[in-house]
Amino acid sequence: MTVIVKKTTQLIAGIIFLYGIYIILHGHLTPGGGFAGGVILAGSFILLILAFGSDFLHLLREERGSTLYENLAILIVLFLALSGLLAGANIFFGNWLPHGTPGELLSAGFLPLYNIFVGIEVAASILTIFLALVIFKEEVMK
Amino acid sequence: MELAISVIAGFMILGAIYAIHARDLLSAVIACGIVGYSLVICFLLLKAPDLAIVQIVVETITLIIMVAVVLDSSREEAYGKFDRRAWITAGTAVAILFALFWFMWMASADLSPLGDDTLRMANAYIDGAVESTGSVNLVTGVVFDFRGYDTLGEATVLVTAVLGVLTILRIRGRKG
Repeated sequence: MTVIVKKTTQLIAGIIFLYGIYIILHGHLTPGGGFAGGVILAGSFILLILAFGSDFLHLLREERGSTLYENLAILIVLFLALSGLLAGANIFFGNWLPHGTPGELLSAGFLPLYNIFVGIEVAASILTIFLALVIFKEEVMK
Repeated sequence: MELAISVIAGFMILGAIYAIHARDLLSAVIACGIVGYSLVICFLLLKAPDLAIVQIVVETITLIIMVAVVLDSSREEAYGKFDRRAWITAGTAVAILFALFWFMWMASADLSPLGDDTLRMANAYIDGAVESTGSVNLVTGVVFDFRGYDTLGEATVLVTAVLGVLTILRIRGRKG
């Protein structure tokens, strides 16, 4: 890509990343949540890869990391859901943390945690699919 | 608002029809984008910003991936002949279309106006959600608390899709 595209991407990618984190963290207060924020996070990485081209070895390392994060995040969501069985009223997906006052950032018990880990999982999943396609193209071209 | 949604739905139908019949696959992909982005406007008009955010981001990323795929493979669509079998298929499609319109026509007399009614289930959610989940955003409360199983299923589907993509692409990439 040209210098203009690279510079604009450098300026914008960080802001998009921060916006994704905001959408995830405020998922229980404002519109959005784990799925929307995760896709926005993945979008910032995809923008960087599209603008700066694909350095093959670097991409392979990145893909290994994103696969790891994806699987760990879905495991943590599962364990959080299972923890409802151990504590309190023995319900799968039971929300046994204190709810706090509705409308504050630290409220709603487990919902922000679910939002964060589902966001990580969605971001890593979509980034992994994109990276797999890019790496496949590089391998076929060789 | 019903008029606006009808006009946008008309655009979506035109875009979908063009996407099927376009000779150039790149313009077919762009025409699919018309359907997705019109859906975003529909969600915004119907006051569903949660869905609109997800839809606009997913649509953009899908469009990027589809354009990349089309540019790397063929841009021409392979056409078949319009023989007797195609006539039978088209006739069946038109018959089903008319049957659906007829059922819609019969049902439309008993429907209440757009936005006047909510389901009994939805009323139960709306009444007690903030007290029982502590979440001000009702959608997050429903998605992660009342319907946690659903969300876990969605996340699992995503993980399974990634595993499938990795399996298929890795094996063929190693052989080639």
